[in-house]
Amino acid sequence: MSRRVVITGMGVVSPIGTGLQKFWDGLLTGANGVDFVTSFDITNYSSKMAAEVKDFNCEEFIDKKDAKRMDRFTQFGVAAAKMALKDSGINLDSVDRDMLGVILGSGIGGIQTLEAQYDVLKAKGPNRVSPLLVPMMIGNMAAGQIAIQVGARGVNYTIVTACASANHAIGEAFETIKRGAQNIMLTGGAEAAITPLTYAGFSSLRAFSQRNDDVKTASRPFNKDRDGFVIGEGAGVIMIEELEHAKARGAKIYAEIVGYGATCDAFHITAPAENGAGAIKSMQISLKEAGIAPEALDYINAHGTSTDLNDKYETAAIKAVFGEHAKKLSISSTKSMTGHLLGAAAGIEAIATAMAIKENKVPPTINYINPDPELDLDYTPNTPKDRVINYAISNSFGFGGHNATICLKKYNE
Amino acid sequence: MSLTYESIYEKVVKIAVEELDVEESSIKKESNFQDDLGADSLALVEIIMKIEEEFEIEIPDDQSEKIRTVDQAVQYILEKKA
Repeated sequence: MSRRVVITGMGVVSPIGTGLQKFWDGLLTGANGVDFVTSFDITNYSSKMAAEVKDFNCEEFIDKKDAKRMDRFTQFGVAAAKMALKDSGINLDSVDRDMLGVILGSGIGGIQTLEAQYDVLKAKGPNRVSPLLVPMMIGNMAAGQIAIQVGARGVNYTIVTACASANHAIGEAFETIKRGAQNIMLTGGAEAAITPLTYAGFSSLRAFSQRNDDVKTASRPFNKDRDGFVIGEGAGVIMIEELEHAKARGAKIYAEIVGYGATCDAFHITAPAENGAGAIKSMQISLKEAGIAPEALDYINAHGTSTDLNDKYETAAIKAVFGEHAKKLSISSTKSMTGHLLGAAAGIEAIATAMAIKENKVPPTINYINPDPELDLDYTPNTPKDRVINYAISNSFGFGGHNATICLKKYNE
Repeated sequence: MSLTYESIYEKVVKIAVEELDVEESSIKKESNFQDDLGADSLALVEIIMKIEEEFEIEIPDDQSEKIRTVDQAVQYILEKKA
């Protein structure tokens, strides 16, 4: 019999709050993490809003001296990992560190460090560039630093698939435990890319909402007048564990991971394939591994970015996979509250999905103001919904045509 | 304006405090950046670079390798600025 994998700890740094309880309370009360950009001068930009992390006190989680050598995305990742470990109640002294691994996702990596040091290069020349530039910038360093901080000597790597990064990370970490290579994995994503250069790049792509006169409702997935996504930052890290290992230590279990699907559109660098062809297969593969019929599913935490094409094709893909059952599903985009955390998005969304399963509550899609008649599924408008959730999936799709879906199940003996 | 040993020492201590997150009171002239103040090789490179910037000097690699203590740093700067 194959090894089962359960979620036993969760940690989050998000625009609607740091810490699992604050995050979950925020999701159920429709907290809104979006506001005007404050971290740099946004005057000359065509879009003006972001979902920034505002309550993060790094020193609560990381020694000051260590934190100085971490880019902001790494600080977020390490903090979330430490919160997940603490939440799991595990005694690390009793853990075989060779069987404790880390697979993290980050779409962009340490770009704040890169931009700051590029300014140094231009202003003062090559001999003034920090020796810490490279070790702080490289995208794998959040995973590396987590390992250093907690002594995780097992499998360790980072996945870069733009906005799908964290879902691939969780899926691969799940498979790693399932095949017997590790007993515990810290997995999810970390991102901190609200920077002058990144923001300009996404703006030029016309990917961002330009609803500058009403920034609070800029992230409005599945609305008729949706006009782009709102960039967010943060980290979501879950501790996942082989079931018998978790039971032996009397761990609390949030949910079981039962399926993972990954595909590529093989179509375009930024646009999704028409009618979500790649997304359809990604969802189907995750259900197949879970061993369930589409009718068994209760909830979808949608990618739901609030861009024209994503929301249109994701809806089409859901209809293609679920047929008549699509209308009975509860669907929501928590990005309406958190903004889009890019490579960390699926990390916090896995946490939202696991909590939804555990608490039997569907978090809402806020800012659902002008329904799109073509998008006619139940997106859980504006208020949370009580619903027994036995099975749920979380979708993530990234530039490059990357699609990843994870399937979670309510834990039963 | 010529620099005194004391004024240079003060600035080097300040750099060490900032870079290594150590108490000023724990630093002595004979303190070794790595053995006594907890610097690793990367931190030592950073300290050398801060010294170069602060005193507007260039320290070649074969010279920086000889700077291991606070006193050695101050002496080196004194000679360079003399």
